Amino acid sequence: MFLYILKRLVTVTPVAFGVSVVCFLLVHLAPGDPLSAVLPADATQATIDEMRAAYGFDKPLPVQYAIWLWHVLHGDLGVSIATGRPVAQEVGRAVVNSLILASVATLIGFTFGVFFGFVAGYRRNSILDRVASALSVFGVSVPHYWLGMVLVIVFSATLGWLPPTGAGPDGSGNWRPDFEHLRYIILPAITMAVIPMGIIARTVRALVADILSQDFVEALRAKGLSEWGVFKHVVRNAAPTALAIMGLQLGYLLGGSILIETVFAWPGTGFLLNAAIFQRDLPLLQGSILVLAMFFVALNLVVDVMQTALDPRIERA
Amino acid sequence: MSVIPSSPDPFAADRGGPAQPLLSVSGLVKHFPVRKGTGPKRVVRAVDGVDFDVLKGETLGIVGESGCGKSTTAKLLMGLIERDTGDMLYDGQAIGGRAMPWRSYRRQAQMVFQDSYASLNPRMTVEQSIAFGPKVNGVPGRQAVERARALLARVGLEPKRFAGRYPHEISGGQRQRVNIARALALEPRLVLLDEAVSALDKSVEAQVLNLLLDLKAEFGLTYIFISHDLNVVRFISDRVMVMYLGRVAEIGPSDSVLAAPGHPYTQALLASMPSLDPDNRTQKALLAGDPPNPIDPPGGCRFHPRCALAEGVCGQVEPPLDPVMTLHRVACLARQPGSGHSAAPAQVLAA
Amino acid sequence: MTAPLTAASVALDGNLAAPPDAPEAFVASRGFWGHVGHRLVRDPVAMTAGAVILIVVAIAVLSPWITPMDPYKGSMLRRLKPVGDATYWLGSDELGRDMISRLMLGSRLSLFMGVTPVLIAFVIGSSIGILAGYVGGWTNTILMRTIDVFFAFPSVLLAIALSGALGAGIFNSIVSLTCVFVPQIARVAESVTTGIRKRDYIDAAKLSGASALTIMRVQVLGNVVGPIFVYSTSLISVSMILASGLSFLGLGVRPPEPEWGLMLNTLRTAIYVNPVVAALPGLAIFIVSISFNLFSDGLRNAMEIRQ
Repeated sequence: MFLYILKRLVTVTPVAFGVSVVCFLLVHLAPGDPLSAVLPADATQATIDEMRAAYGFDKPLPVQYAIWLWHVLHGDLGVSIATGRPVAQEVGRAVVNSLILASVATLIGFTFGVFFGFVAGYRRNSILDRVASALSVFGVSVPHYWLGMVLVIVFSATLGWLPPTGAGPDGSGNWRPDFEHLRYIILPAITMAVIPMGIIARTVRALVADILSQDFVEALRAKGLSEWGVFKHVVRNAAPTALAIMGLQLGYLLGGSILIETVFAWPGTGFLLNAAIFQRDLPLLQGSILVLAMFFVALNLVVDVMQTALDPRIERA
Repeated sequence: MSVIPSSPDPFAADRGGPAQPLLSVSGLVKHFPVRKGTGPKRVVRAVDGVDFDVLKGETLGIVGESGCGKSTTAKLLMGLIERDTGDMLYDGQAIGGRAMPWRSYRRQAQMVFQDSYASLNPRMTVEQSIAFGPKVNGVPGRQAVERARALLARVGLEPKRFAGRYPHEISGGQRQRVNIARALALEPRLVLLDEAVSALDKSVEAQVLNLLLDLKAEFGLTYIFISHDLNVVRFISDRVMVMYLGRVAEIGPSDSVLAAPGHPYTQALLASMPSLDPDNRTQKALLAGDPPNPIDPPGGCRFHPRCALAEGVCGQVEPPLDPVMTLHRVACLARQPGSGHSAAPAQVLAA
Repeated sequence: MTAPLTAASVALDGNLAAPPDAPEAFVASRGFWGHVGHRLVRDPVAMTAGAVILIVVAIAVLSPWITPMDPYKGSMLRRLKPVGDATYWLGSDELGRDMISRLMLGSRLSLFMGVTPVLIAFVIGSSIGILAGYVGGWTNTILMRTIDVFFAFPSVLLAIALSGALGAGIFNSIVSLTCVFVPQIARVAESVTTGIRKRDYIDAAKLSGASALTIMRVQVLGNVVGPIFVYSTSLISVSMILASGLSFLGLGVRPPEPEWGLMLNTLRTAIYVNPVVAALPGLAIFIVSISFNLFSDGLRNAMEIRQ
């Protein structure tokens, strides 16, 4: 097992390196000078040159990349052009909020997805199966930012039951696990949960249907195993894949939350990215994307290792 | 009735005369590298020094258990994988050399694969699959299609019913007939049949074997027939070659090899065949277990760990492939005079 | 959808497809795509979804001539009329422009920005994937490892990051979305092609002396284009949602051009005044997106002719 983890770490390194290159180059994709957004329009050439030198933009690209990577490896993501605060600090605060939202959403999506998937897989072609299939198509087809708006329209604007935006009543920008804050997380979490719910329901349905149709289940029943016993078998066989998908969905939600966070003004990384893009705060943009992508890479690794550990059928070579 | 327009003189293409072997293979070697962990580089010795000739107009059967290198040999002979070392002469000319480049060789040598479905393009009709070869070799489309239909008729599939069908619309036996027709479309002299009837039902198998015999006589073909089924090989082959772990164990005329096998491995293979005669059934399994791993073949004679006749010398000396009779050669120390094996026949006086 | 026909004509390449003066007695077989079409027509869900797509496409094409009102002309006096208004059948937006006209005209940009990236990515991604799959070896390793890097980004994040860096605009949105889908299509194309390349019929074609290019064209392409195409159609739905999402964030289409995502954004302020009208553009995105998904599912089922 240890060897397997080591091997996966080796294969992940070039990917992580590639990700860092892409993040670095992202800034240089941008039209014009990365500094143009912060410098006053009437800045003299001397001021511009001075700023360029200060940010290191006057050096050749590979050198800039090496310097940047060196700083990143030491936890220094640069300084936000807009706020003047360290990017690492800004991203760190936002990541916590995003992680809370994404985790709650994944949990909701997983619970309902597994439930619908099991029901549909057990009672194939029944009405319940149809409903579950419809729900999963709905989950992957609905524009989630619109779903968020509709929920706000129904539960905030019309019924007035839940707050429409923000992470808490005090506007501090930090979510805390108490009743008041809980009310704020309900709508964005449900909105976000719809996609993983659909995907997990679809996968679990296929898994359960496949396991139930296999010969060994027939053999277990023939041997007089109770339905509960069969059910436990199905769970044990479906669990590794279902958990792996849940892990990956958490990563997708964290990286893909920008639209939903914007709708609900949730103070997470998506919201931060949005701000970075419109203020053309390139170090912040670069830093938050790097953190999110690296998190996704690491999550993939963890999921892969866990799935291997859980599933005895996968050979650990 | 010849459906294929052939050159007026059937021996015009026959360069070396009837005594020249059609195919002559010597020292054929193919090792596949395996990567496992961080140990030293290791290889699978799939084919490890194989020599044999294929005579003009004969059928050479190649038998052996799975993993013995039969299929790798087939792919090497067709150039589908590249050989590490070894010489292959076609009618006296080196294949891949200037006189006989692969392209010209392949017009003379074709292959029929085991899996009748996987060897036909599922998006092409039967007729298109057969006509493909002639077309890429410059036969005009119309003629290629006509040839495809004539061949379909010849292999027993009525063109009107079958030409426009897709592979999934016909049976396994019919598909294998199509594959045979496709192989014949380029007018080859040598046809390599790699387990070509193994996947078929017994009754269909018999029909296809008879068809193969008819076609051979009609077009003057030479066959290399690879199979694990000794009964089938006995039926169709003039000579038989037995392979074990990438080496030739025994080669000779079918009558001789299958009636009086020289190699203990061939004996074991024959003994393990189900016999129809109840008095003739063997009680004990002569061939226990699977063949050893070709990554680490045993030293000396490769068969010695499973051999009833094994002695100390067998683990040390690799037996050469020596004649025990004219044309019948066996790689077993127990059959070779002066080998040091206790069962070896007395030294024949040097002539 | 005309692409399956193209794929079929690739499979029946050259005059192999046309037997010379075929006697009428020859049994005509429907062929693979014929079977697929036959099965697709019998799938009511896929057919309904296909009909919805056709209607939306027709509206998009004809919209400049058939909108009941000028989609750009607003009136501050008639802002945010409700659905069912005598003049404005689907209400009016925050600047008093006719919603139904704007939704109709908006379908043009929304469809264009949703479908174009997938089309371009289909061409580029298939080429990369088929090349990597067919050539194998080092070419494959280098191409596929590069593609792995892009898989390290969740697609929404990658689209927004690229758009954010490139700046707003229709062209930049299409470029970023194309970059999102190329790796996904390439990976599918690679695995399909690798699977086909190992088939015996490719070996048989090699033995017939055909060149690598001929084998690729006649034997490989016809077998890989179908699965890649179906996979690509399943991406259109995601692409529609993402494209409108970019406009929703202000990274795509710019006002006053009507586009569903952008309309959704500008109407957000109206959710307390006229919630139904505010939700309409999103409903349009949803209907088209789910139609593409269902049609793609139907196509995939129809192609599962187990052989």
